[in-house]
Amino acid sequence: MPTYLGMPAFPQAAKSAVGNAQLRRNLTHATTVIRTKRAKAVAELDDWEQLRQTAKAIKDHTLANLGTYLVRLEENVTRAGGHVHWARDAAEANDIVTNLVRQAGADRAVKVKSMATQETGLNEALEAAGITAIETDLAELIVQLGHDRPSHILVPAIHRNRAEIGQLFRVAMADAPAGLTDDPPQLAAAARQHLRNEFLAATVGISGANFAVADTGSLLVVESEGNGRMCVTLPNTLISVVGVEKVLPSWRDLEVFLALLPRSSTAERMNPYTTIWSGVTPGDGPQDFHLVLLDNGRTDTLADATGRQALRCIRCSACLNVCPVYERAGGHAYGSPYPGPIGAILSPQLRGVGSAIDASLPFASSLCGACYEVCPVAINIPEVLVEQRSRSVENHRHFSERAVFAASGYVLRSPRRLALAQRAASLGRHVAGRGGRIRRLPPPLSAWTDTRDAPAPPPESFRAWWARTRGTGK
Amino acid sequence: MSAAREEILARIRAATGVQAAPAEADAAYAALPRPYRRAHHDPSATDVVALFAERAADYRAVVTRLRADEVPAAIAAAVATVPSLLLPDGLPPEWLAGLPADAQLVRDDPPLSPAGLDRVGGVITGCAVAIAETGTVVLDHGAGQGRRALTLVPDFHLVVVRADQVAADIADALARLDPGRPHTLISGPSATSDIELIRVEGVHGPRNLHILIAD
Repeated sequence: MPTYLGMPAFPQAAKSAVGNAQLRRNLTHATTVIRTKRAKAVAELDDWEQLRQTAKAIKDHTLANLGTYLVRLEENVTRAGGHVHWARDAAEANDIVTNLVRQAGADRAVKVKSMATQETGLNEALEAAGITAIETDLAELIVQLGHDRPSHILVPAIHRNRAEIGQLFRVAMADAPAGLTDDPPQLAAAARQHLRNEFLAATVGISGANFAVADTGSLLVVESEGNGRMCVTLPNTLISVVGVEKVLPSWRDLEVFLALLPRSSTAERMNPYTTIWSGVTPGDGPQDFHLVLLDNGRTDTLADATGRQALRCIRCSACLNVCPVYERAGGHAYGSPYPGPIGAILSPQLRGVGSAIDASLPFASSLCGACYEVCPVAINIPEVLVEQRSRSVENHRHFSERAVFAASGYVLRSPRRLALAQRAASLGRHVAGRGGRIRRLPPPLSAWTDTRDAPAPPPESFRAWWARTRGTGK
Repeated sequence: MSAAREEILARIRAATGVQAAPAEADAAYAALPRPYRRAHHDPSATDVVALFAERAADYRAVVTRLRADEVPAAIAAAVATVPSLLLPDGLPPEWLAGLPADAQLVRDDPPLSPAGLDRVGGVITGCAVAIAETGTVVLDHGAGQGRRALTLVPDFHLVVVRADQVAADIADALARLDPGRPHTLISGPSATSDIELIRVEGVHGPRNLHILIAD
């Protein structure tokens, strides 16, 4: 998965995002709308919790028997006329796809939004091989036209409002209709017209899949616009890149996941379109079908008893929409195709904690628990975050932190030393700014005030106040 | 078998410990508790056909409930302004009895190219099953429904749902389907939530969806 070049650690990235008032207004508006709607859609089903626990149990069972179900999926896709490829990492997946596009004799491919190919950086790999990948999802198109990065799993352009999108279309879309306004239906119609000929002429389609059913070899693409249907139906060659954790044991499991996913993601009883296909159907749809099963860090995640639950994720993005940190910092600050609470636990597990951004992601949370509450597969995100934090601290215990704790131990062991220290701290109030906050402490304590204010110490400690007003010092 | 396949399967074995034999996995799967409700409305107490009509209309499909003998006239009225009509094989001929003699009718034989389909005004189909709870029509692209592209490229889709095809909920609907076939689940016309997370109708799929429910 790409770690965006030069990506600073989360606190620095978030600090600049929080200063962007327009971004915050856009995010607050969109997430507030979807939160209210999701709650209503979920409340319609009085057995939501039972559905959620069943989904969790099915996913846990599947992960515990992952090899069995992947082999079964492979057998059934092959029997239905498809070809199955296995990719250990992003580079291997991208090579497989590049070769398949070349074998089909194509130099362009239409794509339906897929997190797996975002993760592998497929578009960049195809471009390097001289192949043009055309993103067809409206939000992906907005991102591509604006040379921007996705900031949300479901709605990658959530950071843009209608006025910004209208302006972008008028400037960057060569065939934008004259007099295009910021009215969302007009913007959607402009996207329809812009992509129509690409769909009609496409010979290769590239997709991910929301689910892969082992016992029938079926793949599902769940979507709204119809661009997914176009990509998986019209081209003769279809290549689907799917994470190994997307497999479900049985067709019957769809009754659980199709109830949970649309209500959790777009707050609909059902999304407008879902396509289900198994291998190749003569005379209907692509006659050359390839499934690329992607590992790319998933088996490492599977090996972690606590972190493994992140593999239950069905990419609904409900956790982003309820997260107070995401709402303020926005998706870009997470430096990964997977932003928000799920990204904070998934990205470091898939990529390792080698970079500043990945090492900082477990701390990008207030641990309020709203993400766990809305998660349709009951991923206990705070639990994983806390575990990752403690590991991170064990690995990189900061010198000044060790010094501070050693010093506090020394001070706290003696009442006399504590009183002296408190008197000294009270003197420190004089560096406080307006509102009694200290904006900047000297190093090494600046590591704290870089990203937050420190409260000024009170003029008098509780112990000093007690001694002064109640007398004896006992 | 590829080296990548063997290595990924070996990594999985290492990560999960010893894996159960497939038969044991199947037994454990069968024993998973499923405490949820397979239907959220009881067909004996609720008019699930009315519920389907209401929920499909919620997503801006144009829904009409009528008697089977009223279907031909209703089809004729709904397609009056559609310039040409694609008719998949296996469509009940009586549905077309009300169309005017000069109606432009198109067959997918030989199969039309995507560009050819784009020049067609609309398409009429039946369906495999419908889901009341979610307002969804399910096509399995069998007789009277055509291959997938036929109900995708034209901008107008009229689908006739027989009342006995309406399942109360997702579970019942899925159980009526043959998983080996391709399927399209349709809940309202093409839409997007990509601008400010507000649902807007009309992107790449048919922008006009008419549903006739025949009792």
